[in-house]
Amino acid sequence: MVPATSTPAEPAGAAPARAEAADVVGLGRRRAAAFVAPALVLVLVFLVFPALWTLYLGVTDYRLTGLAATRPHFVGVRNYTDVLADGRFHDSLWLTLQFVGGSAVLGQTVLGFAVAWVMRERPAAVRRTVEALVLLAWILPGSVVAFLWLALLDRDGGTLNTLLGTPGTAWLLDHPMASIIVFNIWRGTAFSMMLYTAALGNVPPSHLETAKLAGASTWQTLRDAVLPKIRGHVLTSLLLVSLWTFNDFTPYLITAGGPENRSEVLSVYVYRTALGEGRLGFGAAISLVMLLVNLAIATAYLRALRRRRA
Amino acid sequence: MRAAGMTAAAVRAALRRIAATTFVSLVLAFFALPMLWLASAPFDADPRINVSLPSFTLANFRVLMDDPYALRSLRNSAVLAAGTAAVVVVSAALAAYALSRVRLPGRDVLLYLLLLLSSIITGTAAMVPIFLLATQLHLVDSHLGVVLVLSGGLLPTAIFLLKDFTDATPASYEEAARVFGASPLQTLRHVVVPVIRPGLAMVGIWTVAQVWGDFLMPFLLLRDPDKAPASVIMYTFYTEGGQPDLALIGAFSLLYSVPVVAMYLLVSRRYGFRFHGGIKR
Amino acid sequence: MHISGRSTSSRPHPRLTAALALLLAGAAVSSCGGGSSSTDPQRNAKARTFTLTIARNAIVGGKNDAEASWITKTVIPGFVAAEKAKGLRVKVVYHGYGVDDDAYKTKTALDLKSKAGADIVSLDGIWVGEFAQARYIKPLADVVGARADSWDGWSQISPSVQQLGSFQGKRYGIPPSTDGRVLFYNKKLFARAGLPVNWQPRSWDEILAAGRALKKLPGVTPLQFDAGTAMGEATTMQGVLPLLAGAGAQIYSGGKWTGGGAAMKQVLGFYQHLYGPEGLGDRKLQQEAKGRDKSFEEFANNRIGVLLEGVYLWRAVLNPKDGIARMPDRDQAVGYALIPAVAPGKGVQGRSFVSMSGGSVATVNPHTKYPQQAFDLLAYLNRPDVVKARIAGNPEVTSRNDVNAEALKNDPFLSFVAQKVLPVTLFRPGLAAYTQVSTALQEATAGIVAGHSPDDAAGQYNGKLEGIVGGAGNVNAG
Repeated sequence: MVPATSTPAEPAGAAPARAEAADVVGLGRRRAAAFVAPALVLVLVFLVFPALWTLYLGVTDYRLTGLAATRPHFVGVRNYTDVLADGRFHDSLWLTLQFVGGSAVLGQTVLGFAVAWVMRERPAAVRRTVEALVLLAWILPGSVVAFLWLALLDRDGGTLNTLLGTPGTAWLLDHPMASIIVFNIWRGTAFSMMLYTAALGNVPPSHLETAKLAGASTWQTLRDAVLPKIRGHVLTSLLLVSLWTFNDFTPYLITAGGPENRSEVLSVYVYRTALGEGRLGFGAAISLVMLLVNLAIATAYLRALRRRRA
Repeated sequence: MRAAGMTAAAVRAALRRIAATTFVSLVLAFFALPMLWLASAPFDADPRINVSLPSFTLANFRVLMDDPYALRSLRNSAVLAAGTAAVVVVSAALAAYALSRVRLPGRDVLLYLLLLLSSIITGTAAMVPIFLLATQLHLVDSHLGVVLVLSGGLLPTAIFLLKDFTDATPASYEEAARVFGASPLQTLRHVVVPVIRPGLAMVGIWTVAQVWGDFLMPFLLLRDPDKAPASVIMYTFYTEGGQPDLALIGAFSLLYSVPVVAMYLLVSRRYGFRFHGGIKR
Repeated sequence: MHISGRSTSSRPHPRLTAALALLLAGAAVSSCGGGSSSTDPQRNAKARTFTLTIARNAIVGGKNDAEASWITKTVIPGFVAAEKAKGLRVKVVYHGYGVDDDAYKTKTALDLKSKAGADIVSLDGIWVGEFAQARYIKPLADVVGARADSWDGWSQISPSVQQLGSFQGKRYGIPPSTDGRVLFYNKKLFARAGLPVNWQPRSWDEILAAGRALKKLPGVTPLQFDAGTAMGEATTMQGVLPLLAGAGAQIYSGGKWTGGGAAMKQVLGFYQHLYGPEGLGDRKLQQEAKGRDKSFEEFANNRIGVLLEGVYLWRAVLNPKDGIARMPDRDQAVGYALIPAVAPGKGVQGRSFVSMSGGSVATVNPHTKYPQQAFDLLAYLNRPDVVKARIAGNPEVTSRNDVNAEALKNDPFLSFVAQKVLPVTLFRPGLAAYTQVSTALQEATAGIVAGHSPDDAAGQYNGKLEGIVGGAGNVNAG
């Protein structure tokens, strides 16, 4: 992501020397606006408007049914103070950070990069098979994927217990967080893999050759020759996979947030509050808190990137 | 000396190859293992939540062929997915191109804020605003409504991804096209699109996969079950007590997965399916 | 600065477009909703041509298939023909969903909220109160007039079952059927453990004694009473509430919710025998996401001794014909008994045996265009011959006594339910706070499963309950 420039854009036909910086291809501000318009209208009507409305619900005691459905009361920041004081929310936030850190930041990013790195030198057939399998995990519908993993980790006849010779091990109960973290690595590695495959394709082969001739170890090569070239991609990948993982609801289909809420990540917490209990005002308040946490994570990434660039 | 060095190098290369092969095998096993259920359960006369050698039958599929909703729901899914992908890819490409080539103040911050807001919309807390909005716009019980609502939620990410692609391609071709008198739309179509085609393919597939798996919005916005997509019908193969009918779910899972996989194979063969790779070919 | 000032002003500014779109959307939303705004019960009563829609959580080929097929194959053609005989041109459309109950509830609430949706809507009985409070549904007499209360079918539906479709003394809809909870036990395991195969416990101690005998059998879980949050409402309906009734309390009575007092501690104490150190139940099964499915499978495979479940277990799970966990020898191997109170006469209102019931309710959408015709269809759905057709393939306890007396006489199990269970049964309170209270109850049992003491779990429950229902004033902590 390129940091925003503070220079106001120049219209088409302005002094060429200055327009060069802002509008290299002569699109013109007017045409640019026309290009942006369809997406902008859709986003404003179907995203910004309902999102702001949802945020408004967050300051009411609105419910889907019951008395509060017809006469919601303005409760100010009470939902927010309730959320922040709720022990279940704290647990849930901590679990979510583990989930994002373990499966997205570490798992998907590292495994995705490793696959991309190793596959550069494999025969095309191997590469295509691996890529297809990894991608399959990414594009299969969530409800199907949930059954696949229940069958894999089942206590009685699960594939994993059969393979390891550990019948009766209840993975989902004894290690609920580890289970959904590994699951999410399986589910989402494809995106990082694709991104890094492309990024590595843009690293000039001469850089790698030079490193090899200098006798650098793989680790040194990665650090000195590869990482500086793909830093921007690392950021894009981290931003998106963190955001997606933060809001991912599929763990609910596998552990239902249990046992004893020990895998109740925030998206599951919202789902149970909003759909299960119909407390939409409270659910909206949690959504905003989640957004702010996301924002904090993104800011941290951006700062880290900017510091390295400088 | 030299011989010893070569042997050491050879040993290192061999070790490296073994390590790589082990890694590849582990990755293959990790990603393939969970899929086994999809290979066994659909053909099992009495499937359970585990993988077993099936007592082979095609009866589960025959039941689905007679089901009044199963096949139709796959068609509906295709309509929704194709419609949303078209809207998202076209409008996101236009917007991403403009945002990439014309610097508007604060565009990156704005884009990221939209990305964050989209996570509210795709969550469950926003369902009442979205439903009432769709009611007022007369979009309830129409596929168009679902397409527009889903597009709104997916667009920020799509623009974000595509902008990344266009940012990474040099503008020199476009400048050349401009010199030869091509209009911006022509330039976009004949110069930019071919270059970022793998990105368009990637965003298209991502959109299709998102729509293909989405349950809540299509379920809430569509009233007539004849219009329901496969993601909704998948949730109907349960008993009144909430127990899954694994015979039907297994078989339907397979039918439900095949179109997305086929689309991926087709798209990746025709357009390539990776990031930023196009410029070098 | 710009070459042409005019072109600047005519430029469609993105921010302007944004504001415009927001305004448009805002104006659209603030205007009035669709559907009929008239409340006259006689509106369109003379229409010769009309279309009615029925919606419920049943879909052909999926969840509740039999009910959906009955509507599309029997009800609709029959009703259309009957109306045609009166010279009316009628079209009836069926919207069957067949999804998760929470999702169906949400969808129905949104449809009714936007003054749209089907003309005949089916709700779970416990939603009636909260939907009525939200004004999504109205008393039948307000929607269709006095004929709603003079309908001849009411005389065949016992008052306790009518309660399912009522709220604050007013009828909102007609319940087509009901159910009950009993103790199912495996006679083969009982014989092996030296227990009587015709079993009817009179107290909780007798249940526990049977459990201890069954525990001697290897690979057998003696007792399964649903617990924990993973089981969801099953924990409340097939565990806490029948036990609570047996301990002499109802979850909501006299305007107060029952807190963590003596009765609740007794209930949690019973759970402790199962999931505490004594281990008369399978602790892990309560925590698994698919635990209830598994309990069915294990019961069918002769691995659970006693299971507290709804009629549904017999009818749709173990059913040798088309159950999801078929038990070919169900009729010989499975026994059923009433759920005893903690001791004879110690249950709610001095009962010795207790049960809990639920069921759906069909109501007329207050915003229907054709209230009179919609009620005709609702009455048709509950006509004795039409009800008989519904249960012909898969017998169940209907709400109509006349149909039950005739259709169930050859079915010993359902006769047992109709004659022995329904007289002692109770219903849940249909208030919006109930779902949260239910979750708190589930969490209390989850605490026992996790190893907490009944006193601790009851105390925590009491605190949570006060938060949910608005303070200690609404809680009966005795």
